[in-house]
Amino acid sequence: MTSGLLFASTGALLFALGLAGVILIAHLLRRILAFNVMGSGAFLILVGLAQDNDIPDPVPQAMVLTGIVVAVAATALALALTRRLHALTGEVELPRDEA
Amino acid sequence: MTANEWLPLAVLASSLLPGLIIFVLPEGWIGLRTTLNLVGAIAKLVLVGVLLAGVAAGTEYGVRLAVLPGLDLAFKADALGLLFITLSAVLWLFTTLYAIGYLEGAPHRSRFFGFFSLCVTATMGIAMAANLFTFFVFYELLTLSTFPLVVHRGTDKAMKGGTIYLAYTLAGGTALLTGIVWLHHLLGHTEFAHTGIAAALGPEQAIQLKTIFLLLIAGVGVKAALVPLHGWLPQAMVAPAPVSALLHAVAVVKAGAFGIVRIVYEIYGVEFAQALDLLTPLAILAAITIVWGSFRALFQDDLKKRLAYSTVSQVSYIALGVALFGPIGTIGGLVHLVHQGIMKITLFFCAGNYAETLGIHKVSEMDGAGRRMPLTTIAFTIAALGMIGVPATAGAVSKAWLSAGAAAAGMGWAVWVLWTSSLLNAAYFLPILWRVWFRPRLLAWPDEHIPARPWHETAWLLLLPPLITATFTLAFGLFADSPASPLAWAKLIAEREYRAQRSDAPASPPHE
Amino acid sequence: MTGLILLPLAWASLAFVLGPGRGKWLAIGGLSAQAWLAFDLAAKVGAGGTALLHPVGGWGAPLGIDLAADGLSAVMLLLVQCIALPLAIHAGAYFKRGDAAGAYFWPLAGFLIAGLNALFLSADLFNLYVTLELVGLAAVGLVAAGGGAQQVAAALRYLFATLVGSGLYLLGVALIHGAYGTVSIAILTPLVTSDAPRLVWIAGGLMLAGLMVKTALFPFHTWLPSAHGNAPAPVSALLSALVVKASFYLILRLWLGPLAPLTSAIAWLPALLGALAILWGSWQAIRAERLKRLIAYSTVAQLGYLFLIFPLLPGTDALEAGIMQAFAHGLAKAAMFVAAGVIIEATGRESVMDLSGAAGHLPLTLFAFGLAGMTLMGLPPSAGFLAKWLLIEAALDRGHWGLVAVVLAGGLLAAVYVFRVLRQAFLLAPADAVVKSVPRRLEWVAFLLAAASVLLGLRGVDLVRLLGAGA
Repeated sequence: MTSGLLFASTGALLFALGLAGVILIAHLLRRILAFNVMGSGAFLILVGLAQDNDIPDPVPQAMVLTGIVVAVAATALALALTRRLHALTGEVELPRDEA
Repeated sequence: MTANEWLPLAVLASSLLPGLIIFVLPEGWIGLRTTLNLVGAIAKLVLVGVLLAGVAAGTEYGVRLAVLPGLDLAFKADALGLLFITLSAVLWLFTTLYAIGYLEGAPHRSRFFGFFSLCVTATMGIAMAANLFTFFVFYELLTLSTFPLVVHRGTDKAMKGGTIYLAYTLAGGTALLTGIVWLHHLLGHTEFAHTGIAAALGPEQAIQLKTIFLLLIAGVGVKAALVPLHGWLPQAMVAPAPVSALLHAVAVVKAGAFGIVRIVYEIYGVEFAQALDLLTPLAILAAITIVWGSFRALFQDDLKKRLAYSTVSQVSYIALGVALFGPIGTIGGLVHLVHQGIMKITLFFCAGNYAETLGIHKVSEMDGAGRRMPLTTIAFTIAALGMIGVPATAGAVSKAWLSAGAAAAGMGWAVWVLWTSSLLNAAYFLPILWRVWFRPRLLAWPDEHIPARPWHETAWLLLLPPLITATFTLAFGLFADSPASPLAWAKLIAEREYRAQRSDAPASPPHE
Repeated sequence: MTGLILLPLAWASLAFVLGPGRGKWLAIGGLSAQAWLAFDLAAKVGAGGTALLHPVGGWGAPLGIDLAADGLSAVMLLLVQCIALPLAIHAGAYFKRGDAAGAYFWPLAGFLIAGLNALFLSADLFNLYVTLELVGLAAVGLVAAGGGAQQVAAALRYLFATLVGSGLYLLGVALIHGAYGTVSIAILTPLVTSDAPRLVWIAGGLMLAGLMVKTALFPFHTWLPSAHGNAPAPVSALLSALVVKASFYLILRLWLGPLAPLTSAIAWLPALLGALAILWGSWQAIRAERLKRLIAYSTVAQLGYLFLIFPLLPGTDALEAGIMQAFAHGLAKAAMFVAAGVIIEATGRESVMDLSGAAGHLPLTLFAFGLAGMTLMGLPPSAGFLAKWLLIEAALDRGHWGLVAVVLAGGLLAAVYVFRVLRQAFLLAPADAVVKSVPRRLEWVAFLLAAASVLLGLRGVDLVRLLGAGA
């Protein structure tokens, strides 16, 4: 197994873990962390697969950089909303949706 | 764009534009609203007059507009369409006059007259549709524009009636749409043509064609109130009287009946429909409806409900005429389209007058009404006698041609159906006439709105329309042979429908 | 082409700099210019009959970014501008000065529209991911703008759904890039064949699943009713009319482009889910207590129609049916949310049962609601009807009677929930009803959008022609 493939496999595992976290965890902060784990997994796969023949490809690196920016923005927004929810309800979990 | 192209559109616009303007008029602008209504109605009559002259001379009017590739919104003004258009345009004028009088001082009149005009526009569209697609477009518009009229009063009862009306008509529309798309899929178009278009398909598609016929007839049968699809009609009686008049005589049930005519003659073609064995089941269904409607009418104490069941029965005369294979039956069915409209609108106008003037809603409350409101009651009497088919009325002409058509088509049983229906008609109308003319009034009127004065039994706007339409009922019966009668026009249509298929179009009336 | 992306970015940024609640006229001016650009682009694409390509800043792919516009993009761009402009006029009257809910409406709406326009012009999978996220984050911001606990919770729910969706999509993009070394749609399309490695199949599945979450296809719709049902009316209108269509467009692009050789095996899955969406969404709309929630569930149902076309692709009328439905629903749903906003504003009540008398007080709004309802029910002559007609014809072409039945049943169910509102509104008003007056402009916007959704039915042929250009 090349190092690239190893990265990619790790990435897949991380993604799966993160996805499960986002879906299953109720605590919002942990959910946001899980989302970041998920994102990192995807980035690892993107870079890992591209490095399969040991010559770094600049395009996926650029993509990952862009992706990280997006993920940071999303995390910031999620944190801001969570704080707001906490301020309004004192909870860090989502209330039940109306029927 | 030539005159032959824009004339059909102008007929549509003459009610659409006033309707749209009326919607945005403030409630208090009565004068402008009335003017718009009347200008529209009269302009439409003038335009229809031009069309009538043109079509009688053989001019073709038509226009089409592509909606999708291979799918056109197409209009034509042919003899058959004009029969319906003329009926609607004339009765629209009278119904508008009547409605202006009837709704004086009532709330939401801008909304009412707006939808009223849309409703007539939709009827015109149905009459002038040159293909099934266009027919469907206006058929559904008619459903939508009549719903606010049915529920106009805004009471719970009105809502219930309106909801039932919608449930029936939208379900019917769905069946109709299915049939139309299916047909369009098989044929690539759905244009109305004199000999029909379905015959272009081979015999291996007979089963599909029969299924489509069932869907189409079920679709239009809802509005035509064919049993067992008639359940909405008595429920829709909660509407104000002008709306009931409109539903029964001009727009809704007529649109259904007219749809049956178009589908049988110009989609399937009468010969091909006969070859597929479709006409006899249709005739049987019409016969059942005729008898069942009359039978149910016997037991209704509510005057408008009795009239509603009478409509169920009478409209199927048209379907019966269409289903009788042969030109004489065709003429009977078509002429009844007009005659039933004239007679039934008179009856509803009168029923509205009794309710508005004296608060009478039930047959059992009508004792002695003839002395109090003689003119209304004369109009009512003429129309009721016409419905029974007493000689010298329009109804007699219809029944004579229908019976002759049934005999000519070898359907002797249909003659018996017509006789049974006439007897039942007499059984539910004559007791009313007896009550109004010969029973003395013992109690006070249920709710007298308009006090009695000499020569002023009720408001003139309520009185004139039924008197005029009652006069028509007599005139169409007495002068049926004149070249300006509906009968003459129906003969013209039958001649054109059958000319393409056979040359023995009838020149003289049957045994009369 | 770049104008369509740069203009909204510019007015959004300016509006942000101007401060909370400002930027209304900037937005309306900018959107008017954008509408002109979109029509111009549509005319060019329609006249040329081919796709237009534009390398941004003179740098082409793979180092730079290519923008591409064919008939499909042009139609979607038209949809965005045609709906956003009236909504901006509406929002200008809806949000009062100092209204907290409208404080950041203009910048967020601008970024949202920039994202949408960029998405419809993007020619590579990764750029599409970025625009998708831009749209998603701006939309979440708009949902949260109300600031109440309900809204924030709805926004969070929406945020996680959209992040999961775009995460799955991104993973698919990574796998595709790993397999082929490119993300350009034009280059990928001939490379992917039906004997592609399993990795590509997985990638395709992940991308489609992610996008379905974002399009709120049943059973991934759970986030939509609270997000669309709790936001301020102009926001709900933007989201329901436009945002969900973006991910649908992307599914369509993939389905017709790179993933075309892989889709025949699973073509029935989206259709099945779409059918369930129609039934379930309509049923929930029929039961919903609040007016806006009813409309939101109606969106769930109407989105279902979009997915019915997949077993019929590529075939005559199927794509046309889908886009016609997207267009019709966009206009009608925007009109409906605006109308609902007017009613709630005027009566101060949110529940369907409290609508009695609304027809008397707000006739124009109710008329607009009815017209929009016509489109949703698929009654003629509306554009919704044309979509239904095309869909049924396409289904008959393939002999898929099941789809025909679903389409027809969906129309009847829509009639039940639309008339549930209308009949309540036609009832006589209770004696104690208090009705505030609302700016007439609010009512007219609803009416114009609804009328457009109906009248478009008469010009469907133009839309179909444009769609065929450069495909």
